[in-house]
Amino acid sequence: MIEFNEILETNKMIEEEKLDVRTITMGISLLECADTDIGKFNAKIYDRITGLAENLVKTGEEIENEYGIPIVNKRISVTPIALAAGSAAKSPEDFVSIARTLDRAAHTTGVNFLGGYSALVSKGMTKADRMLIESIPEALSATERVCSSVNVGSTRTGIDMDAVKLMGEMVKATAEATAENDSLGCAKLVVFCNAPDDNPFMAGAFHGVTEGDAIINVGVSGPGVVKTALAGIHGENFEVLCETVKRTAFKITRVGQLVAQEASRRLGVPFGIIDLSLAPTPAVGDSVAGILEEMGLESVGAPGTTAALALLNDQVKKGGVMASSYVGGLSGAFIPVSEDQGMIDAVEKGALTIEKLEAMTCVCSVGLDMIAIPGDVPASTIAGIIADEAAIGMVNNKTTAVRIIPVIGKGIGEKVEFGGLLGYAPIMPVNRYGCSEFIARGGRIPAPIHSFKN
Amino acid sequence: MQRTIITVTGKDTVGIIASVCTYLADNQVNILNISQTIVDGFFNMVMVVDVSASPKSHGELAGGLSEIGEKIGVKILCQKEEIFTKMHRV
Repeated sequence: MIEFNEILETNKMIEEEKLDVRTITMGISLLECADTDIGKFNAKIYDRITGLAENLVKTGEEIENEYGIPIVNKRISVTPIALAAGSAAKSPEDFVSIARTLDRAAHTTGVNFLGGYSALVSKGMTKADRMLIESIPEALSATERVCSSVNVGSTRTGIDMDAVKLMGEMVKATAEATAENDSLGCAKLVVFCNAPDDNPFMAGAFHGVTEGDAIINVGVSGPGVVKTALAGIHGENFEVLCETVKRTAFKITRVGQLVAQEASRRLGVPFGIIDLSLAPTPAVGDSVAGILEEMGLESVGAPGTTAALALLNDQVKKGGVMASSYVGGLSGAFIPVSEDQGMIDAVEKGALTIEKLEAMTCVCSVGLDMIAIPGDVPASTIAGIIADEAAIGMVNNKTTAVRIIPVIGKGIGEKVEFGGLLGYAPIMPVNRYGCSEFIARGGRIPAPIHSFKN
Repeated sequence: MQRTIITVTGKDTVGIIASVCTYLADNQVNILNISQTIVDGFFNMVMVVDVSASPKSHGELAGGLSEIGEKIGVKILCQKEEIFTKMHRV
């Protein structure tokens, strides 16, 4: 039988260290909704999403109450819309009408975000892909809960630099389209390299074409639990440090596995994967930066940060993999700036720069995330930042991403408030030297030599 | 057997155990194990109970216990056992 101290340990993790299940995300394939008529397509996807996800929020809440574990978000991801709507949408306006339908479906089902307003263009863009990408600024300003992502490269295909250039422009245009809300639209837009098909986390979630009809993916979290565990072994060597992270990640993931299996059983939808991620929130004590500082860094951003993050990322995976039957998604540690109080503090005191964050993305689970930059940074520079991240992902066989917010009308030294889980961010300086000629070349960067594995 | 864990925490006062146990008995919930301590006036109790004979659902029991907790000024949680066994047992 379970021992009382174990019961108290679990409840302390939940109540004091903010252990939670970050998201239950239902992936829904929209491929069967394909139609040549845009009106029919919109009706079909609305019915399919609201039908399959009808009980998603209710079931999530029931599990929450029965096990006493908070499930912060219930979300939906769908087939990349550029694929599903390839024959239905004839113009960027048609795509915007789909975004509105998705937003309506999100409101009806009660989920707080719906991802999959996406295009996968790692080697080239179809006409539909290009129209969807061009519609992103309007789609994100006209909707509340729709999230968009575009995959511009992969280790197998190289990087589509035409798409990178276009995304630089679209990030800027999205910022302008949502200027009155501090360019919030960009917080719902991610540019990927090596995007996973089963990521449950927003804004980059979509239901990949390799997936089945519907699936339940769960993202766990718990930076506060890891930090508290490390506080108990202060000054110990790396062996003890790594073992402690691993053991803690195991415990956190087991909770995710339980929630995922229960959700899958109750909803009658197969269980896909657990995403083993340490996802911070702006709440005090729920910080990945806090873990790195607990390891012995004076501030995140100091020399040693990349090594500390690398070991954290690796040990989280090692502990989590054994705790779950299927692991996938982004799995690792997230390092968003605005969603992590420790990161915000480090930026404000000058300890953390975009260049250091870029180095950290070589060893963390995703990429440059929730970083506010001045609104006057040119589109070509944003494209350059995207290209750099995509190159890191392509060469290192990992997922990388850029979710960057050029805040229109604001400059260095100012702050931007996104609210809720998205937090707030100080505006960070960007290297002022340009790369417009490089970005303007057009075409694609070939696949790296190590992609030829056959 | 359907095991559920009830944890009660808060400022010590007269009749905490009595109120909780009366409610459980009234709802055919069988107590399997109890551990209770008081440190510096702070009451801490963990109960392992079997709810399989109870006519009430988990949600109803949890709601009822939570109401009692509010009346006597303590926090009462009611959680299915699996969250603990999954986390601490391989």
